Amino acid sequence: MKMFVCIKYVPDTSEAEVKVNPDGVSVDSSRFSFDINDADNYAVEESVLIKEANEGDITVLSIGPKQSDVMIRMAMAKGCDRAVRIEDERIAGYDPLMVAKVLGGAVKGQEFDLVLTGCMASDDWHMTTGVALAEELGVNHVSMVKKVEILDGKKVKAYRELEGGLMEVVEVELPVVLTIQTGINEPRYAPIRGIREAQKKELKVANLDDLGIDAAEVNADASLVVLEQLYIPQVESSAEFIEGEPDVKAEKLASILVKGGLV
Amino acid sequence: MSELIKGGAFLLGPVDENTVFTPEDFDDVHLMIKKTSYDFMVNKVEPRIDEIEEKAEGVTLDLIRQAGELGLIGSDIPEEYGGEEADKITTMIITENASICGGSYATSFGAHTGIGTLPIVYFGNEEQKKKYLPGLASGEKIAAYALTEPEAGSDALNCKTKAVLSDDKNYYILNGAKQYITNAAWAEVIVTYAKIDGERFTAFIVDADSEGVSIDPEEKKMGIKGSSTCSVIFDNAKVPVENMLWEEGKGHQVAFNILNIGRFKLGAGCVGGSKKVIEFSSAYALQRIQFKQPIAQFNIIKNKVANMTILTYLMESLVYRVAGMIEDKLSAVKASGAAASDIVQAIQEYAIECSISKVWCSEAMDYIADEGVQIFGGYGYGQEYPAERSYRDSRINRIFEGTNEVNRMIIPGTLLGKAMKQEIPFMEAVMNLGAALKPLKDAEAPAESPAREEFYLQNLKTLFTLVAGNAAQKFGADIKNEQEILCRLADIAMDIFAAESGLLRVKKMMANGESEASKMALKMTQCYIYEMIPRLEAWGKEIIAATLEGEAASKAYSGIRLCCNFEPADIYGPKREIADAVYAGKKYFLDR
Repeated sequence: MKMFVCIKYVPDTSEAEVKVNPDGVSVDSSRFSFDINDADNYAVEESVLIKEANEGDITVLSIGPKQSDVMIRMAMAKGCDRAVRIEDERIAGYDPLMVAKVLGGAVKGQEFDLVLTGCMASDDWHMTTGVALAEELGVNHVSMVKKVEILDGKKVKAYRELEGGLMEVVEVELPVVLTIQTGINEPRYAPIRGIREAQKKELKVANLDDLGIDAAEVNADASLVVLEQLYIPQVESSAEFIEGEPDVKAEKLASILVKGGLV
Repeated sequence: MSELIKGGAFLLGPVDENTVFTPEDFDDVHLMIKKTSYDFMVNKVEPRIDEIEEKAEGVTLDLIRQAGELGLIGSDIPEEYGGEEADKITTMIITENASICGGSYATSFGAHTGIGTLPIVYFGNEEQKKKYLPGLASGEKIAAYALTEPEAGSDALNCKTKAVLSDDKNYYILNGAKQYITNAAWAEVIVTYAKIDGERFTAFIVDADSEGVSIDPEEKKMGIKGSSTCSVIFDNAKVPVENMLWEEGKGHQVAFNILNIGRFKLGAGCVGGSKKVIEFSSAYALQRIQFKQPIAQFNIIKNKVANMTILTYLMESLVYRVAGMIEDKLSAVKASGAAASDIVQAIQEYAIECSISKVWCSEAMDYIADEGVQIFGGYGYGQEYPAERSYRDSRINRIFEGTNEVNRMIIPGTLLGKAMKQEIPFMEAVMNLGAALKPLKDAEAPAESPAREEFYLQNLKTLFTLVAGNAAQKFGADIKNEQEILCRLADIAMDIFAAESGLLRVKKMMANGESEASKMALKMTQCYIYEMIPRLEAWGKEIIAATLEGEAASKAYSGIRLCCNFEPADIYGPKREIADAVYAGKKYFLDR
């Protein structure tokens, strides 16, 4: 089973205060700590589980700065075999289609059975890259995957999590791109021994020229997305507390909903 | 490798920042192990803190075993015995993180990986290592260290436990009681000490299930309630002769060298615990509204958060500096092909720094835990919030691994011993005091920072030489009875070492280009030094007042004034900025 797993280096915005830079289109990331995107972490684990069950070989792909090497090596410490980090300022990184083209360019020309990505990134929430990558590679895709079964090495049975707790099960021929949902497995911790071994594994750094990708196809000019403005929504407090006995409260609530055209 | 720095030598002159290890020097492997150990604690240990505190059956052991699978408890054990054989920096990183989920897990973990296991690593023979270390590295077996006795606490050599060779010469028969033994109820392996024939103090490895070994009920403690602390009773306990550890009559070499390691690791634990207190206290202060605003925004709360952060920065700088010194020394000894026991003896070189790490960090952590409770106000006194537990848990750090009083005595005691043996040029520094003080009369502090702070620190080192030199000359060998003076000398030495660790780290950071981090590190170092100078001046005068009289005293006071002359600077403004930087991420902000 030859696999690629795509991971993204994202800021942890859960605790830190988010501030928009004066340019209005970027965020001050100086106080953020960065790490692997949550869903991608599950994708790494899934790829390692598949490798352990079926044998195989995993290449990590990531577009990011030198600082993300630690994140990439962490994936290798857990069992991935090698990595390519793509670093090139010309890439329009906020446009998932451009990102998919770059990742696709790194995969093209090589044999593969599976490409795993997280189903979404916690910084821009596009939920598009994996699907676009499948298009780029001209292969099938299954998105929001919550369970994977490899069938006789030629097909994969993937369980998709839909709204309302529904599970859709699809069988699809390899090669395929799977976008992995969080919770599909329990990501392992990298053991010290794995961490040490990871230092000896290959981590290739490549730019667009190395990958044979025409920058004019993936840069800001090529992108159809224009980031116009980022802003922190104003906090508004307009909660209305309904007082009274339960039946009175219910009546008041119903009348508000009807008046507002909500029911 | 840089030239090795002698233990205690920092007091006698400037230190080159390039000889010092700092957290900014962590390599990728360190950073990755940091992440694994941190994530393990946050995701696996933190959700089970309540169970740990209740000593729920098997919880701590299960967690230690899980940590073992990741290699987190075998970092000091050689690879051939199933360990990771990592450097001391790695061990410190793991120890720091093992302390972020309360003192109970940290204590169980620390006793097992440190004082429980290391005597076998460093003093065990081949058979003993093969037999015990793989199980200890995986966590399959838990270790305890049983030194203290009812009548032998700080006075550890006053050991009453006796070992007598059995008639068939196959066993030592041990009789005695060991007290306050961490992990006692869980341990399968107990490293203990007894006097053979009541005379020769010797270390032994005791299998806890041996005939004649019993464990008393759990002690009821103020804190670290989830850790096991019991007495271990040897009642004609049969210990096979092959379980004697190291050499007959040389138990003190094992006991004291292992404690040195325990001490510098304890400092790392305090760093982890303190970062956690900053995290939950700042988060609480930001959401607690009083007088229509988060209390975090009141300047007095900012001042507290800043003080907590400054101490944590210095602790972190100090602890990794000591780890770096020890690592350098160990690498040099290992490279020379020395035995493991020589390696641990080498750590003795840094006994002063190990004691500083233990005392200074445990007291800083205690202050931080105390202010954590204060920030929570009434809620801090209740058990619903973590501040109360931190406060109780922190207290033991000043007591175990050698009380802070014993360790304070070790600091000047060891220094003067080294001076007598001419290992460090302290006496020369005392002779040259006049020459060192003279230029201070007209000296002006450099205008630029950190050169300015460096200037002040060098003068404080001269202050140390002045007061320590006078005391040593006055009391000679009897200075050992002047415990108040010895402790004050320790206080001065510790503050200098801590502040200098922060300063050297700033210099190293600035050499890589000025950054937001380096600016904050400089502010923290400055605040500490500006507050510390008057304190050290008072302590210096206190020592002289107890040492000299008349003109000699007056002359010494003038010298002290010269050493402590400084231009006061605003510390309130910088402290507000330090607190704001904590608030921005709701955590200690220099963590990598």
